[in-house]
Amino acid sequence: MLLKLQHVSKHYQLGDTLIKAMNDVSLEIEEGEFVAIMGPSGSGKSTFLQVASILAVPTSGSILLRDRDLTQYNEVERAKLRNKSIGFIFQQFNLLARTSALDNVGLPLLYAKVSQEDRVKRSKAMLEKVGLGDRLQNTPAQLSGGQQQRVAIARALVNDPDLIFADEPTGNLDSKSGDDIKKLLSDLHKEGRTIIMVTHEDDVAEIANRLIVFHDGEVISDTKQKSKKKKTTGKRKAK
Amino acid sequence: MLSVATIAFKAILTNKMRSFLTMLGVIIGVSSVVLLTAIGNGLSAFVTDQFDALGANTVLIFPGDIFDENGSFSGEGSATSVINSQLTQTEVRNLERLREHVSAVAPFNIQASRISFQAKTKQTTVFGTTSNYGEVFNTKTIKGRFFSENEYGASDRVAVLGFEVAINLFGSIDPIGKRVKLGDQTFTVVGVAEKKGGGMGGPSFDTYVYIPLRTFFKSYDTDTIIRIITKTKTTERVPEHIKAIEKELEKTLKDDEFSVVDQSEILGTINQILSMLTIGLGGIASISLLVGGIGIMNIMLVSVTERTREIGLRKALGATPNLILLQFLIEAAILSLLGGAIGILIAFLGTLAMQAYLPAKITYDAVLLAFGVSTLVGLVFGAAPAKRAADLSPIEALRYE
Repeated sequence: MLLKLQHVSKHYQLGDTLIKAMNDVSLEIEEGEFVAIMGPSGSGKSTFLQVASILAVPTSGSILLRDRDLTQYNEVERAKLRNKSIGFIFQQFNLLARTSALDNVGLPLLYAKVSQEDRVKRSKAMLEKVGLGDRLQNTPAQLSGGQQQRVAIARALVNDPDLIFADEPTGNLDSKSGDDIKKLLSDLHKEGRTIIMVTHEDDVAEIANRLIVFHDGEVISDTKQKSKKKKTTGKRKAK
Repeated sequence: MLSVATIAFKAILTNKMRSFLTMLGVIIGVSSVVLLTAIGNGLSAFVTDQFDALGANTVLIFPGDIFDENGSFSGEGSATSVINSQLTQTEVRNLERLREHVSAVAPFNIQASRISFQAKTKQTTVFGTTSNYGEVFNTKTIKGRFFSENEYGASDRVAVLGFEVAINLFGSIDPIGKRVKLGDQTFTVVGVAEKKGGGMGGPSFDTYVYIPLRTFFKSYDTDTIIRIITKTKTTERVPEHIKAIEKELEKTLKDDEFSVVDQSEILGTINQILSMLTIGLGGIASISLLVGGIGIMNIMLVSVTERTREIGLRKALGATPNLILLQFLIEAAILSLLGGAIGILIAFLGTLAMQAYLPAKITYDAVLLAFGVSTLVGLVFGAAPAKRAADLSPIEALRYE
């Protein structure tokens, strides 16, 4: 078992009211799964992503990554684990401005204390893998949205993580670029990568092989689905 | 550690304009501290040189009691004592007889006047002294000669012009043998003194006109002397010579009618004043260094706020709080160090440019101090913003718009 959540809750105190963003969630994710998380806003899907990717600490419950209980980790250990085992893809891309694609991809390696030479080699290989081998020195401002997200995906892959978390990866993209990213994520899945993706778009969720739906901080449905063949762009409305 | 320094360097390079503006405060602070202390130190060295040129065996006799209760010079005392001077030719003659202790005696008195040649008139200070003055006071002539003992004895109307007086009045004309008017009396120019500068607190020696003291007495209807310069027999036994001089003067004068001062005392006092000035100037300049430090803190705080998302991202990707703290501290340190280095460079250039007008001299102490303080300023004022960055929660930071 790659990732296991046992009775995980996340509660916030907001003024006088206690917000139960996540309430007693238990689930397991196998190696090689591509999980889509859906649900209306406020359903707890984003909180699940933060807690599962150990960006946030749950109020109760335990999170096991390969049988290690991550809730026992302190801040430094969590930072190191994120660096080594987790890749992040954000809706806003979150690339460093005025910094080349190569340096952006190499950022996790910098924190992993990888030598300059190896850093460049591995970052370059990852950029080539996402089809940006000719854009190594471009800064985010010189890249389209789709290209920026591909740089971010390369960054998420560069440390060869156990798990990739994607938060609305196509949410900021036009339909054409969104399709490219969907294709890229599908390919990664086929290579055996484990991906957990939050989305609110049905056609994006379709590329996953498992769909978990959240509502009011709880899992209301968890279904295996056959990864459907990528459909043409017509169905998805351009933003 | 090394990789964090790389990150900090990159952050500075990607924001060149902001980095430069941040450094500006430190640049101004450091350069003004170094520059102002350089001026103070330069002045001090200049004064010391001037006194050294007189020779260590120069002893001055002032009229009145110019020391206050604490034994330091009192400006008030010396001003009133000049007007009421009781020093006369009698004391000069007595001192001249003190061969064992005194090798030369040169008394003088001064009077503000106007000097004119043909149609040109200039303000000047008439300086009445003896014929050995040039020798005693190390003043050489570049043209002609100093007036002779005979001319002094005969109260001849001869004059030696200060360097500037000669230039201003005569230009390219050779002044030797020409007739000039001092007030309403006519004098013959016999020499021009070399460029001397200084003036021991008064106007520059170059604006003086030297005439025989006896002539001076007649012209201005006086017989007082405002100062007597003596050269002691040896440089090693100056205190002993001073005692003998004091004893000799006490024969004709009361205890509070004269003061005997050797130049080390004067030099000590002047240097004391100058070092106070240097500390004062440095202190004022340090305020700008402090302001520079606050500037760093200000911009670093803005920078942390502006880069909240970046910090969140770095944390998500594996940066520990300590690494973030270190990154911002190193950024602040680099900015202040670089600012300090540029400031010192500017101070060096400024000193070079000023040397034409002022004797400025950069000391390594000042450079080290300014450098050290600027680094400290960077670290101290960079600490608060860095701590703030390190404490940011990655989720909050990533959500920050």
